[in-house]
Amino acid sequence: MSGKPRLTYLNGRGRMEPIRWLLGAAGVEFEETFLETREQYEKLIKGGSLLFQQVPLVEIDGMKMVQTRAILSYIAGKYNLYGKDLKERALIDMYVEGITDLMQMILMFPFAPPEEKEKNFNSIKEKATNRYFPVFEKVLKQHGQDFLVGNKFSWADIQLIEAILAVEEKIPAVLSGFPQLQAFKIRMSNMPTIKKFLQPGSPRKPPPDDHYVETVLKIFKN
Amino acid sequence: MAGKPKLYYFDGRGKMESIRWLLAAAGVEFEEEFLETREQYEKLLQGGSLLFQQVPMVEIDGMKMVQTRAILNYIAGKYSLYGKDLKERALIDMYVGGTDDLMGFILMFPFLSAEDKEKQRAVIVQKATSRYFPAYEKILKDHGQDFLVGNNFSWADVHLLEAILMVEEKKSDVLSGFPQLQAFKARISNIPTIKKFLEPGSQRKPVPDDKYVETVRRVLRMYYDVKAN
Repeated sequence: MSGKPRLTYLNGRGRMEPIRWLLGAAGVEFEETFLETREQYEKLIKGGSLLFQQVPLVEIDGMKMVQTRAILSYIAGKYNLYGKDLKERALIDMYVEGITDLMQMILMFPFAPPEEKEKNFNSIKEKATNRYFPVFEKVLKQHGQDFLVGNKFSWADIQLIEAILAVEEKIPAVLSGFPQLQAFKIRMSNMPTIKKFLQPGSPRKPPPDDHYVETVLKIFKN
Repeated sequence: MAGKPKLYYFDGRGKMESIRWLLAAAGVEFEEEFLETREQYEKLLQGGSLLFQQVPMVEIDGMKMVQTRAILNYIAGKYSLYGKDLKERALIDMYVGGTDDLMGFILMFPFLSAEDKEKQRAVIVQKATSRYFPAYEKILKDHGQDFLVGNNFSWADVHLLEAILMVEEKKSDVLSGFPQLQAFKARISNIPTIKKFLEPGSQRKPVPDDKYVETVRRVLRMYYDVKAN
């Protein structure tokens, strides 16, 4: 019945992590089912829970939602993190999509062959520092407000703080040329729901390790 | 001053085609500027028009919008093709996500080697017939309505028709196991704005050819060595 949302995914970041961040930042408690075996996954498929045979799956408000973006948009809309009108939504969507392109590079990083790792690492660094971070630095500098859109906390801010922290895990000094983003990072990290999400014991998942990669390959081999 | 939306992209489908479809389905006239040279692209970049240095870019309602999904969401919302409430939007977003993934297999197709093209054609058909088409077939069968969501024409219907036609270009009888989708295709193709878009002389772009591939590579200096997904 109207319980907490339930997330079904592997026990790791992957495509579910932005959803965990958004729910966490919205102060929404949720439950998780972790896929550990191929059999569990096949059972889910046979049961008809996965519209396109894929996870993430989020059971929320009587729906079995799939497709990461659809899930994120629903949560953002439901918890008033999607701006006040169509134009603010347009800005939030633009910012979120840009950040998602950067996060996609990080998502795929553990799965590339070893000989490509250095090239991919440099690509993440180059794109973060030359394409994505300058945009948000400029947005914040130009309006001088605390949040990216409409002077109000939104999905765009949550997505950006997640991306900043993910890139910093690879390139610790990546924010050195971006004073606005440094201040933004501190501000966001201190928001009560986000502060809580950043503490040990929260549903936030650690960076992917070999075991995670192995589990992904085992479950989704096709 | 509400001028027509203006689309900046190559003279070809790519990531802009879904936007052309949606505007056309909504009955919205639009202008296009086609990128043909590297210089044009660099001029756009230097002018600060491209937020993340990429196209598609659509000038609409005083905004220079980038990011295909953001542009599509805005158009769908503005022209009431996005459902009546959050839950209908959730369904539309899910369905569009699926057709987007399916069309994603076709997007890079023109850039593949001849050998990879054959492999990819098989992948496209396999994904369409075993993952995506069955999902939409069942949705239509279960509710028995003319449109995918809320008994009302929406973005999801436009996107699905676009995807069906694209897959049919790779295998003409691909709908043979899907009677609901065959009927859907006929119904949606007959909607006046879509019928018009499907006629010769509309802004719908043809299947990408070598000239298109060469233009993209030359302008972006990218996509020289694309592998199948």
